[in-house]
Parts: sequence; structure tokens; C-alpha cells
Amino acid sequence: MKVIVPVKRVLDFNVKVRVKADQSGLDLANVKMSMNPFDEIAVEEAVLLKERGVASEVVAVSCGSQLCQETLRTALAIGADRAILVETGAELQPLAVAKLLKAIAEQERPTLVVMGKQAIDDDANQTGQMLAQMLGWPQATFASKVQVSGATATVTREVDGGLETVEISLPAVVTTDLRLNQPRYVTLPNIMKAKKKPLAIVTPASLGVDCAPRLSLLKVSEPAQRKAGIQVADVAQLVDKLRNEARVLP
Amino acid sequence: MSVLVIAEHDNHALKNVTRHTVAAALAARAGEIHVLVAGSGCAAVAEQAAKLDGIAKATLADAAHYADHAAENLAALIESLAGGYSHILAPATSFGKNLMPRVAAALDVAQISEIVAVESPDTFVRPIYAGNALATVQSNDAVKVITVRTTSFDPVGDGSAAPVESVAPGPDLQLSRLVGRESTKSDRPELADARIVVSGGRGLGSGENYRSVLEPLAARLNAALGASRAAVDAGFAPNDYQVGQTGKVVAPGLYLAIGISGAIQHLAGMKDSKVIVAINKDPEAPIFQVADYGLVGDLFEIVPALTSALG
Repeated sequence: MKVIVPVKRVLDFNVKVRVKADQSGLDLANVKMSMNPFDEIAVEEAVLLKERGVASEVVAVSCGSQLCQETLRTALAIGADRAILVETGAELQPLAVAKLLKAIAEQERPTLVVMGKQAIDDDANQTGQMLAQMLGWPQATFASKVQVSGATATVTREVDGGLETVEISLPAVVTTDLRLNQPRYVTLPNIMKAKKKPLAIVTPASLGVDCAPRLSLLKVSEPAQRKAGIQVADVAQLVDKLRNEARVLP
Repeated sequence: MSVLVIAEHDNHALKNVTRHTVAAALAARAGEIHVLVAGSGCAAVAEQAAKLDGIAKATLADAAHYADHAAENLAALIESLAGGYSHILAPATSFGKNLMPRVAAALDVAQISEIVAVESPDTFVRPIYAGNALATVQSNDAVKVITVRTTSFDPVGDGSAAPVESVAPGPDLQLSRLVGRESTKSDRPELADARIVVSGGRGLGSGENYRSVLEPLAARLNAALGASRAAVDAGFAPNDYQVGQTGKVVAPGLYLAIGISGAIQHLAGMKDSKVIVAINKDPEAPIFQVADYGLVGDLFEIVPALTSALG
């Protein structure tokens, strides 16, 4: 069974982002970039499926600039077998990424696409679901547990009211949530091995996909800042403030 | 222009998040608003939806294959009903987030996720980078597919009843079936709607402590219980208590962050609360930067003292 894992290069989750003063965008110069944490979880899950003998091959895919090769090499170091970069310098929005992934899926014919539920930069939470719709496949989003048996997968999902377990036919798209697994540390020997694994580069044109963005970004602004707060000395003072100053106690 | 709002419900009652979504639809000033109630045995929900203030029609699609509100079947239905609507809205809940991108892809349009404000019928504001920035985006697509951050729009009440129209159900694609559900049962208010949230982090040390220290306080304040990712990962609280960038986003009148350090991703889920209290033994904890009132000290002494002081 072949598994495809799309991965995205994003601002590292520890970095506090800065909005440019002219509100034209974000100040991303010289900031640390990493694989989207949810995609790391997806790669780990695919590799676990391979180690369990369920998956035979794990293919990592990324869409964007040449720098995404770094992200793909990380996926290879975690345990993916080969990688594909869909190279473009253009801005890619989820609808376009889903179309690119659909073209790849039609070529590669995977049984499962496992990907992060959202990217921590745009927080869109769309691409996996869009891809599933375009392929006519079922989806299981926000997965905290995945079991594959034969022609179906049983997935536990984290939803607003608790947990939901669904059985979906394969092929399918699964998007990962935080607690699906704990990604392994990438070892130096695996990083070295990853350099020799195949990494193919294709273009949106070669896949026949129109990637033009649909949404125009008019401005990026900072959210309203909270007023500075105070330290209270003890519980009595806290209760007094909440009751008489903030007036939030029932 | 006209708007289709996808109602969220459990086949028996309409969920409040639908009221907030209708409010967003009104803010869009995009013409007449219709509400779609798709489910199984849910005629009563359509009657409730019909009374939402400001809408022109409730549409009912009742079939067994909509019972679980699964995205595949619902997206096919909405695609068939989408003609004539310029806007399709759903709440940014796990239901809406799961469903709407399939609708957008089916219609070959972009989706605008989790709007917090409307500037015009084609321009919306949404949070990015865990809410550390706000993006103002404009869509030129013929249909705007949108999910709504419900805490940003005050819910509509009831008005006079609009007509309810039944439509034939769409296909049963048979791609997915629900095999089980585990819901956290509680007498406390729901996290998404509560006026007061008592939230615990890793500092509580164990699930037993989480319950024994926080439950009396939550009961005293008639508050909902929330948790940081660290607390949920450690098993102190169930996953649906998680507040944060990828958990629930809440904006109560009072948020008490207890033993929570205040990571960027947690702040994303609660920094719009009106009043924030932080209780933590680490004076350098980032949570104090957003707190209106901070109390440095041992939560195991402070919280029980607070609970009795609220007598």
C-alpha cells in the first residue's frame, strides 16, 4: 500500500511572528522555518504504518520554492522512501495545493494520503478536505488514531464534543491532530541516508494545474493589544478586584 | 446576492453556534438568508431554525444518510443546492471545518476560514499565525465559502417564523460510517459559550488534582472547564477541554488560567477573553503578559482559598 504525505515548510512554531509596519505582510526575513508540526505527525504515522507492514512505500510531497527540499529531506530522514517537489515561486493557496496533490495522486495511485489538519501559518484547515472532495474519496479529519485493515480504515477523530470513530473506505484522506503520535527524533545516520533518497522535481505546468490564487491579501494587521495588567498580592485582593473593579463575578 | 447558512444541530435541537453564524451572515449584508437543516428526523430543528431572527427561509433535507452529519454526503447535497447563493456560511466548529472545504472544492472556489469580521460582501478579516496577525482578504470568486469564528459575532435571537421548505435529499455516497462516539458528559456550561472558564495546565500535576482542585472552583462560579494542550496530552483532561490555536477558541467574560505557562498556541485560544486571571508559581510565565490580574504563588494553596473566599 502506497502512502502519500504532503508536507509544508512554515515558520517554526516557537517563533513569534512580526507584522510589517506598512501592513503589507509579515516580517519573515531570516526567521527559522520548519516542517509544519502536524505534517511531522503525518510523516511519523506513515512511517509507523510501513514499520507495521501495512504500507509498502511512503512518498513525501511538497509544493513551493526550492527551499522546500529541506523539508522533504527531513521527511526522508524520518523514514519516507522518496520525495516529490512541485516547484513554483508563485503564491499557493489551499485550493491550488489540493489540485496539485490531486494530480500527483492520479499519477502515484496511493491508498492513503495522510497530512496535517492545518498549517500553523495560514491556519486554514482546508487542503486535506478539498483534496478528498476532488478525488471523490472519503476523509477522516483531526485523527487521533488510525487503524488500517484491508479495504477500510477505522479512524478516531477529536471533535468538539469528544471523540468520534468512523470507518472509511480506501483510498482516503486522513488529516492528523496533535495526539495521533509523537514524532521520532531524526538521527544523524538517517539524515545522511536521506541525502541519497530520490527527490524528483516537477512543475505545476507539467501537472496541468492552474495555481492562480483566488483570495487577495489586502492587508495584515496586528490584533488589538491588551492593556497591561497588575499583580495582586493575595486571594483577598484578587476577589476584591474581580468583584468590584472588573465586575465579572456572578 | 443571497446567503445559505449551514445549521449545526444534533437532529433534536439547533446548536447555538448557528445563531452566531446567522449574525455573521447579517453582517455580510449579502441579501436574503436561508438556513439549511440537513439531518435525520430533524423536522423540529427546521422549525427552530425558521424562527431565527433575520432569516427568510429554512430548508429541510431529511434522510437517514444525513444522521451523522458526515461531510461527504452533506457536501454533495450543498453542491446541488448552491446555485443562486453568493455566500455559504457555517460555524468554524469541528463540524463546519470538516465539511466546508469539500463544498468549496466542489464549487471550485476558495474558502475563507474562521472569519472574525466582515468589511464588505467580498472582504473579510481572519486570524493567521495563531492569531498573532489579522489578514484582510478579498475574494473574487462567484461564491464565497466561509467558516465563522462564533465568538466574534453576537448570536441572533428569535423572530417571527419564516417558512420551512423541504428538499429532496441528495445521494448517499456510502464512503464513511460512524461506528462510535465518546462524549464528555457534564452539568457544567459548554466551553464554547460559557461566561466563565476555569482552565488548568500542566502545573496541576495529575488528572486527580485537575479535578479535585478545579471542579469546586468551576462549580462555585458555574464555569466551564478548559485545559492547556500539555494538560490534555498528559491525560489530566479530555481532548474537548483543550483551549488553543488548534483546540477551542473561547472569549468568555472571565478566564482563569491556572498552572498554565501561556505558550503562543494557548494564548491563541483565549486572548480575546474580557478579563484574564493567571495563577502560576513562575513569575516569568508568559501568561502574565496577557493577564489583567496575576497572582504568583502555589496554586494548590491559592485555588482552594479562592474557592472558599467566593463563598
